[in-house]
Amino acid sequence: MSNLIKENAIANDEWTLVNLPASQVEERKQAGKVVLFKLTGEQTVTDEQIAGTVIPTTGKVIVPLSVYVAQKDTLKSRMNAGSAGIWLDTHEALETLISNVDDINNLPIIAVHVERFADGRIFSLGTLLRTRYGFRNELRAFGDVLRDQLFFLKRSGFNSYLIRAGRSAEEALASLNDFTIPYQGAVDEPSPVFKRYNRVV
Amino acid sequence: MYQYDEIDQKIVDERVAQYRDQVRRYLAGELSEDEFRPLRLQNGLYIQRQAPMLRIAVPYGMLSSRQLHKLGDIAAKYDRSYGHFSTRQNLQLNWPKLEDTPDILAELATVEMHAIQTSGNCIRNITTDQFAGVAPDEIVDPRAMAEIIRQWSTFHPEFALLPRKFKIAVSGTKDDRAVVQMHDIGMEFYIDTNQQLAIKVWVGGGLGRTPILGAVIREHLEWQHALTYCEAIVRVYNLHGRRDNAYKARIKILVKALGIEEFKRQVETEWAHLKDAPNTITEAELARVAKHFEAMPYETKPAQDASFDAAIASNPAFAAWAKRSLHAHKIAGYRAVTLSLKPHGTAPGDASSEQMHLVADLAEQYSFGELRVSHEQNLILADVKLSDLFAVWQKARAHGLATPNIGLLTDIICCPGGDFCSLANAKSIPIAVAIQQQFDNLDYLHDIGDIELNISGCMNACGHHHVGHIGILGVDKDGSEWYQVSIGGKQGNDASLGSVIGPSFSAEEMPSVVQKLIDVYLKERTPEELFIDTARRLGVAPFKAHVYLDKSLAKEGVAV
Repeated sequence: MSNLIKENAIANDEWTLVNLPASQVEERKQAGKVVLFKLTGEQTVTDEQIAGTVIPTTGKVIVPLSVYVAQKDTLKSRMNAGSAGIWLDTHEALETLISNVDDINNLPIIAVHVERFADGRIFSLGTLLRTRYGFRNELRAFGDVLRDQLFFLKRSGFNSYLIRAGRSAEEALASLNDFTIPYQGAVDEPSPVFKRYNRVV
Repeated sequence: MYQYDEIDQKIVDERVAQYRDQVRRYLAGELSEDEFRPLRLQNGLYIQRQAPMLRIAVPYGMLSSRQLHKLGDIAAKYDRSYGHFSTRQNLQLNWPKLEDTPDILAELATVEMHAIQTSGNCIRNITTDQFAGVAPDEIVDPRAMAEIIRQWSTFHPEFALLPRKFKIAVSGTKDDRAVVQMHDIGMEFYIDTNQQLAIKVWVGGGLGRTPILGAVIREHLEWQHALTYCEAIVRVYNLHGRRDNAYKARIKILVKALGIEEFKRQVETEWAHLKDAPNTITEAELARVAKHFEAMPYETKPAQDASFDAAIASNPAFAAWAKRSLHAHKIAGYRAVTLSLKPHGTAPGDASSEQMHLVADLAEQYSFGELRVSHEQNLILADVKLSDLFAVWQKARAHGLATPNIGLLTDIICCPGGDFCSLANAKSIPIAVAIQQQFDNLDYLHDIGDIELNISGCMNACGHHHVGHIGILGVDKDGSEWYQVSIGGKQGNDASLGSVIGPSFSAEEMPSVVQKLIDVYLKERTPEELFIDTARRLGVAPFKAHVYLDKSLAKEGVAV
């Protein structure tokens, strides 16, 4: 059975996720440098990895941001035909994505990879993609995605969730509705509770 | 104080259901230890040395009598009939069973309480001055804004999993009692030159392993923008704060690494998009919430009360208590009262179920049914008539709640330490108790005067040792427990971080080390100086010389 939730239901996954080959470069931590602050401890993608990435020639594919940036001329037509999307890691800069596409809404899908459950950057990325950059198409979370993130992911603008293998997407569905009346405005409901309800003392 | 409507109640009820299911899945093996950890932490549940610890939220330290009665009942039913009031104005249970925690939360929900975000890498309980609303020097009562910030931060989806914990404090006085400079975000409310409510915003303060006082990021922010401005700050932090090293993950590290100017630039750039967004606070919402914090129905009383004056004159014990425990009130004929949770010889901040019920009754009878928890780990009755003080004192004294040591050496701020906490390097409670026994003479304590002694069992600094006039930090050296001593720390507007006086001491040495520090102060002080003033004027050197005198003699082999 599919582990994909789209909107509020289990759905078949028509996309193939394209992964980078494993890096041959030994991981080095770049501790404490201000300029590299954001990348601290996180691997950067090498040219060899980008060159070695195998993209299926047919079907619908979601390619890594770094691969798209390197090969955008060849990928653009597939993107415009609605059969290529982009995924990025939580430590990658949205500006890289934005500056390399003509119109973000030409992308049928953007997926964000969250390596660890505890990495909440994904919520800010979703929020920015929806509110700052006006992305309207499918926004997917994948990686260490478990049911207890779903409510927050939904509120941060995601509408597609690939539940981690081995966990039930069916059971996870319930958590989309953990809370009925959230306090603060967010992507799914911009108005805070005090503007939605007449709360009297 | 704030009272729930059906929306607030629903959120808390739904949280109980969500958490109950998370515990069920954990016990059924559907959630691993690692997966359950962030979930339970965001509900205040730690797994400790002996048993789990549950931290219950007391938003900005406000409690009703009804709530405190419930806490007393819960401590008796699910724990060992006592609780520990923490430096974050919360209440901790040291011995609950994991299996019982969903039921505890369900009981708390019946009195509009919860444990939401009392731990974990999220926005924690909002704290403020324990005398908010009654202090004569108050410019703005910050509690309505604290409640608005509490609601905004509760399950904020974008900030559910931050790099590290995030603490916000608000104050509304010139004389800061909420230690705003020690917080990830500190907000000082004031009235600007146009007579409008405004906020001075501090960012990047915090204690812990790397103690740093906050920097001002904005001198003037209109109150309507409090939430969107916080969103800009926390978003920059969420995206750019370090996640590879928990010790370097607080916002203070990011602010230091970028510099306050660059950090501010990024925040302001972000805020340019967020300003006037829907989360902007409306006049109507501020008015609605502020209604919950309107002045109590005070009686019109003269500034003096003959029965109170007579009791002071005739009863030295009452007079000694009144001198330390009463605080000025903005209404004539009223006082705020601190009930000491620091009787000599017990764990600072602990209260038994029986004491909780008694304080709840006192609040009901004498203080409009409300009370507060202070970050110094005492309980406050904020609105007591002068004519009732003697009765309050008698009842409090009969239950061990009237030690006249507020603000004195034995009013120690102390974390639970190695007796309970699995993070601790060393025990802290026995040190506090030994010092209290060393100084178990009230006349002597009064002679020493106002002084703050803070103890933390590890560098996470829950006991705020960095800002203690005397700070004690438990450290681990080759598996045994040692204590590092600093002096010259201070909270408040002129906050400072203490300086370490030298190599650390064994537990047995600690009472005499504190005694020697006090000896130096008593010898060197000018008539108007408190300990902190003498420590600031003279620096570490004379204190260090005296404390280590015997040690250095012993080292050199000189007979003493």
